[in-house]
Amino acid sequence: MATKRLVFNFPPHLIDQPVTYQLITEHNLKINILRARITPREWGRLVVEVSGKKQNLDAGLQFASDLGLDIKPLAQDVQWDAEKCIACTACCSVCPTGALSVTRQDMQVSFDHDKCIACELCIPVCPYEAMQIEF
Amino acid sequence: MAKTIQEINEKIKSGKAVVYTAEEIISVARSKGKKKAAAEVDVVTTGTFAPMCSSGAYFNVGHSNPRIKLGGGSVTLNDIPVYTGFAAVDFFVGATAIPDDDPRNKIHPGKFPYGGGHLIEDLVAGKDAQLLARAYGTDCYPRRKLETWIRLEDMNEAMLFNMRNGYQNYNVAVNLSDRIIYTYMGVLHPNLRNATYCSAGQLSPLLNDPLYRTIGIGTRIFLGGGVGYVVDRGTQHNPDVPRTDRGVPRMGAGTLAVMGDLKQMNARWLRGASFSGYGVTLAVGIGIPVPILDEEMLNYTAVTDNDIVAQVVDYSEAYPNCIPGSLGEVTYAQLKSGSITVKDKKVPTAGLSSYARAREVASTLKNWIAEGSFLLSEPVAPVPSVESGIKFKPLQERPIFNNARVAVD
Repeated sequence: MATKRLVFNFPPHLIDQPVTYQLITEHNLKINILRARITPREWGRLVVEVSGKKQNLDAGLQFASDLGLDIKPLAQDVQWDAEKCIACTACCSVCPTGALSVTRQDMQVSFDHDKCIACELCIPVCPYEAMQIEF
Repeated sequence: MAKTIQEINEKIKSGKAVVYTAEEIISVARSKGKKKAAAEVDVVTTGTFAPMCSSGAYFNVGHSNPRIKLGGGSVTLNDIPVYTGFAAVDFFVGATAIPDDDPRNKIHPGKFPYGGGHLIEDLVAGKDAQLLARAYGTDCYPRRKLETWIRLEDMNEAMLFNMRNGYQNYNVAVNLSDRIIYTYMGVLHPNLRNATYCSAGQLSPLLNDPLYRTIGIGTRIFLGGGVGYVVDRGTQHNPDVPRTDRGVPRMGAGTLAVMGDLKQMNARWLRGASFSGYGVTLAVGIGIPVPILDEEMLNYTAVTDNDIVAQVVDYSEAYPNCIPGSLGEVTYAQLKSGSITVKDKKVPTAGLSSYARAREVASTLKNWIAEGSFLLSEPVAPVPSVESGIKFKPLQERPIFNNARVAVD
């Protein structure tokens, strides 16, 4: 089993197509939709966690990108600016997945891209604009 | 054997002073014993880095040609209105000031992306700011309009002047209501879903000298990455609160007014901060050296997060309506562990004061002292302590009836 957190960018002409359905039924992939934004006549964005057998995952993602989807790893869209962060830890108690966490020994804050689901709860909580999300 | 500040300074000058941070001293006191540690250690350095709203800075921008009287006029720096009620070219920038056209909380929660705190940070970082001024014009100051770029280095004086910093302890904030609230203690989720605190605990300056024996008027300190001074007690200084056996206040108590030359400070230690739905402030880095004059001072500085307690306060109902009382008492060790128990519920905790940065302040100040570049100063006068009778009073409102011009009791 392989799991990837990805951002699917749908060009406007694909918005009315059931791409997710095809990934599930034809490629036997498990898809957990974490966020979605669909606007008529514009690019749609879907943040998903996709899991399945390695070859199914590769084939499914190949199918989606052949259709014209722009697929990016989620990590690129969520950024933690270590320079701006003062390690106050305000974000860590609201982060639902523990992507933002505190090392208790030295009270330093760290960010684990792989755990982030781009829920944006940290954005209004950070007084120093250290968390940025392009979505 | 007791030491004096002069003796400690002689050791600092000769590079022989023994200095530890307020975190390091805990294990030193444990391993050596308090008596021996008190004899050997000269200075313990403290630190804190947290939002401190009653901060600001005053500037003298020099006279334009022809001259303009900013006093009584209106001036903005990067659209932030500044206070001009002084002589011709002096003004004061407050940390929480925001542009007149900021929508504030009209679209709730407001974002408050830029304010006085950010302006101070930008100026200290050496950035150019836009100065726009309108004045009424006089015979000696005829000019009525001024628009110019200005930098910190262009100004005559640029002084950070904070009327309340370094709060000795603070509330732990929670939300008992069923809706999210946006406070100066951060975003508080409903039904006790999180708790926020704001103190460096065992590293915090006034928690290491709880009865203000050595920290007083004129104490030289680390301020905003440079050198500053304690000017006097801060506003809302409230020494007479319940204390633990070691004299540590169980809630917010003492405060300090501090100042220092902005031109030698560093933007890493003066950071503008935006609190969603609340407003703008300035995070200030402060470190105060505590001279180990005797065993009593060593004992104070050896305080640990387990010995310091804070009160849990509901910010949905109790705080806004001044309803006294506490939902419970927790230690900073518990707060820093990541969760506390309030009303039998496990509540995740988060800080607003950066302990990691507080350590950095304390160790920077330790290095300055160890290398002989920072000497301790003898306070000119103490800040008022418990016996002073000073109390932090609420405002007693007296209604004004019938457009009266004279107050009647």
